[in-house]
Amino acid sequence: MEPIKPIIEVKHLNKSFGSNHVLRDFSMSVTPGENLVILGKSGSGKSVLIKCIINLMPPDSGEIIVLGQDVGELDQDQMDLLRADVGFLFQSNALYDSMTVRQNLEFPLRRHWSKQERALHAESAVLEALEDVGLSHTINMMPAELSGGMRKRIALARTLILKPKIILYDEPTTGLDPITAREISELILQVQEKYQATAIIISHDMNCIRMTSDRVIMLIDGKNYISDTYENLQLVSDPKVREFFD
Amino acid sequence: MNLFDKLDSEFLREVGDISRFTGRFFREASKPKQEWEEFINQCYWIGYKTLTLVGITAFIMGLVLTIQSRPTLVEFGAVSLLPSMVSVSLVREIAPVITALICAGKIGSGIGAELGSMRVTEQIDAMEVSGTNPFKYLVVTRVMASMLMVPLLSCLAIAISLYGGYLGVNIRGNVSWHLYWFQAYGALNYGDFIPSLVKTFFFGFAIGIVGCYKGYNSQKGTEGVGRSATTAVIVASLIVFILDLIAVQITDILGLT
Repeated sequence: MEPIKPIIEVKHLNKSFGSNHVLRDFSMSVTPGENLVILGKSGSGKSVLIKCIINLMPPDSGEIIVLGQDVGELDQDQMDLLRADVGFLFQSNALYDSMTVRQNLEFPLRRHWSKQERALHAESAVLEALEDVGLSHTINMMPAELSGGMRKRIALARTLILKPKIILYDEPTTGLDPITAREISELILQVQEKYQATAIIISHDMNCIRMTSDRVIMLIDGKNYISDTYENLQLVSDPKVREFFD
Repeated sequence: MNLFDKLDSEFLREVGDISRFTGRFFREASKPKQEWEEFINQCYWIGYKTLTLVGITAFIMGLVLTIQSRPTLVEFGAVSLLPSMVSVSLVREIAPVITALICAGKIGSGIGAELGSMRVTEQIDAMEVSGTNPFKYLVVTRVMASMLMVPLLSCLAIAISLYGGYLGVNIRGNVSWHLYWFQAYGALNYGDFIPSLVKTFFFGFAIGIVGCYKGYNSQKGTEGVGRSATTAVIVASLIVFILDLIAVQITDILGLT
């Protein structure tokens, strides 16, 4: 039987900020449909890793292959096309303050859909994405009128509007109360089930990790320290791993 | 490294960075597919929303300049030259420079704060991830809108300040509307209007590019946003004066004065 081809491959990635070496020879691969969680302390380079994957930050060295394409070799137009298949949920939600929820959701369509397609299908696409996150009634509201959890859901709806094959979540439950955090974790699972998308979830919220992960990579000292299921990692006796579970 | 060396290196780095940013503006602006909708939106915000402030300031400027110039001209028995003197001063120098300074304050700080807050809240990154070129969408549109609207606002400021001058002349005198305009426009020629208009185009460019540069490269959270807005105003105002100095030298060399 032929091995499953990874949808994302990161090989020997290095990234430094001055004398601070955030990622050191980091490697990993993600298989299609997998929910991979990257776990690590604050400032350990988790967000830097996914920003390198989407080319928001150029790595110092190493190779990143996404959907069979070497991210470092792509020109701007090719990168933009690749980005249509990769959604990114920002830690701060990054909703455009000056736009309504509808305009926020329509914004990614500007680049990837023709004017005619937008005229015909934008409304239904926006409504479908909002229904997926249970917030259809907010369509004409401004981001400032929404609560923290609602903003997170709208940001997720904006990510979903292009029906991406990969979704990168940057600390999706940070700053939310435990009930809302749980709702967001459930939403991540629902989205994965509906869209069959592969997900990389950056988090240090153990409840979210337990609920959403198929596999967990622990990013310690800039390296892929250990990779296993949440259940198996709970049994590991290494003190650096135990710190997260105790 | 002593303090002066440090200041020198920071200043030179800033000049280098802003030059690169300006170079990128020209590269992006020359590529096809401009964001016309956002450009029109920015023209509205930059032009229409600054109109009242520029109008009021221009009116007061024309009025005050006329009132304050009158005693000196009376002393030399040249009060009849008041409309001519006021119109030349306003058209050549005062209206364009004051309009540019108002725009540096309002537009420069507005753009600096807006783009700065977009930077620190990852909205610019989100734009990039969604496949939209944020530089083209945010920077090119704002700089071009500023380049278009500052000259238009300056023209309007000239017209309103000349009207202010007319009222100023009539506080102590009795000059008809027809005579005032005849004298005011009689003193002017193309050599007064064209350099004035051309320099406001450069003022608009400087205000837009500095505001965008400071906001786009904002760092260190909300503190950085405040700093971006403030430094955008200071640097843009300084550049307006430097450009004005250069413009005056060039018009002098070309014999347009």
